Amino acid sequence: MTAYDLYLVSPLLALAGLAMMVIIVDLLTRRTGLLVGVAFVGLAAPAALSAWQLAELVSTGESRLSAQGSVVLHTLSIDRFSLFFNFLILAAAGLVILVSTDYSRRMERLQGEFFGLLLLSATGMMLLVSATELITMYIALELTTLPLAAMAAFLPNGRSSEAGMKFLIIGALSSALMLYGMALIYGFTGSTRLDEIAAALSAGASAGAFPFGSMAVLLAIVLLLAGFGFKMSAAPFQMWVPDVYEGAPTPMVAFLSVASKAAAFALVLRVFYVGFDALGGDWWVLLAGLAALSMTIGNLVAIAQRNIKRLFGYSTIAHAGYILVGVAAVASVDGTATFGPSSVLFYLAAYTAANLTAFFAIVCIGNRINSDEIADYSGMLRRAPFLAIALGLALIALIGVPPTGLFFAKIYVFAAAINTGESLMTWLVIIGVVNSAVSAYYYLRIIKVMFLQTPIHTERVGASWPVNVALGIATLAILWLGVAPTPLLGAAERAVSVLSGG
Amino acid sequence: MVPLLYFQLLGAALFGIGLYGALARRSAVLIILSIELMLNAVNINLIAAASYLNGIGRFAAFDGQIIAIFVITVAAAEVGLAFAIILRMYRNRGTINVDEINILKW
Repeated sequence: MTAYDLYLVSPLLALAGLAMMVIIVDLLTRRTGLLVGVAFVGLAAPAALSAWQLAELVSTGESRLSAQGSVVLHTLSIDRFSLFFNFLILAAAGLVILVSTDYSRRMERLQGEFFGLLLLSATGMMLLVSATELITMYIALELTTLPLAAMAAFLPNGRSSEAGMKFLIIGALSSALMLYGMALIYGFTGSTRLDEIAAALSAGASAGAFPFGSMAVLLAIVLLLAGFGFKMSAAPFQMWVPDVYEGAPTPMVAFLSVASKAAAFALVLRVFYVGFDALGGDWWVLLAGLAALSMTIGNLVAIAQRNIKRLFGYSTIAHAGYILVGVAAVASVDGTATFGPSSVLFYLAAYTAANLTAFFAIVCIGNRINSDEIADYSGMLRRAPFLAIALGLALIALIGVPPTGLFFAKIYVFAAAINTGESLMTWLVIIGVVNSAVSAYYYLRIIKVMFLQTPIHTERVGASWPVNVALGIATLAILWLGVAPTPLLGAAERAVSVLSGG
Repeated sequence: MVPLLYFQLLGAALFGIGLYGALARRSAVLIILSIELMLNAVNINLIAAASYLNGIGRFAAFDGQIIAIFVITVAAAEVGLAFAIILRMYRNRGTINVDEINILKW
């Protein structure tokens, strides 16, 4: 451990320190506004340190900060890939903190803990996206999941504690399965580092023509996917998603649906593209199966939902399916493996903007009308024009209609799948396009209720200025990614060059 | 020396018992106990693998033991949080039977 190592992990340390500071500030003062201010402004420190690291990468032209050889004993890799996700996670955390200003009054005495847990979970996610070693991944996953489980059970009612309990038990179960997979991998390859695992597997894979190298590796990959599938909220590990989305506090759900998902996909990309690269054409079939299942289950069940948060639970399962199409697009006809992963990164960024906008509108509306039923949203255009239009735009983006970021994201993901030249992937794209059409039905139904039906009540629905600012930023991000996707796509392509050893 | 296979069979059996318990038990406390059993099955596997790798002179011989210590620590934190939530559940709903925890469903 050297001073340079400390510099490399400084964004993580700053964020963890900020979490502690928020809890202490909460002890000293009872002013909510101050608490939100400290949490939001404090995020500038990890963001600035990450930006500094990125500036160093840009100036040296490298894609990875590893001048000293060992980055904290080979457990982390601070590179363009992890920095891309750092900024995504920090942006999501900042906006969610702003939106919690109105909502957090429901938590009475526990507001400091709520923001502290949110920041600790973000720390876990930032650790997760740079982890290159199995122990670090396990610790980071638990650091991500446990604060979220505590936050899910935060409201003093039965629904919330039920959501927290389901999240915690299913999370613990899936992390036990994943850990068993890691133990098998460790026993088989004799290492916990991804690069050494890849070397051991490629030595083993060339010895025999057995699928996945051996039964042990096949079993380990299936078990690992069970753990990752829980975090990605992909079917068939999706049972907890709608329940948690319905019962948990809405700002926490907004954070869970974008940041936790992004970190999980970053982990999957790193583990499969770096660690199991040597197994080549074997594992993408499993991921393609998960993708088809997630898209279909998510979209079909979402049609029948009457609660908007529950509907978004199923919608997020469907989107996990679309993203998995990009992860499965591992090899392309011209031999470059960067198209699939870079489309995943772009999709995650566009999905973050769209889903945060939708959830922020749901937070504001749900806070005022005390209901999450879609029927109660009738005539929302007249009661809250800004919120209704922002929610409508987010829903249109989630269908994948131009000029929004998710339109390009879906095109890139499906193009990457076609580009692999596998007939199975072409079928997967057909399933994906049909599912997108199905999803239009339930998204447009909400828009119809909000825009065309007459309101039940006539009182106006509004929100305080920090909430409106966060909603405005997220809405602009949807449009910006739809009008000018090139800068972000370029960043995503440079980020994934790390995965193929660049 | 006991062969690696025996340890792995023990680990797999314990893991299977834990998984069955986690899926079949009704009390939330017993589900948590079953998950603990699964985690400890993993620990047996890890330590056996580390000891085996040490025996054949492979690198990274202590990784298994180190992971096991981390797993024990994280499991303790997990159980602490789980019981806090179960307690809250009991106050709000008067039951910890997972069959009766069913407000949220489609």
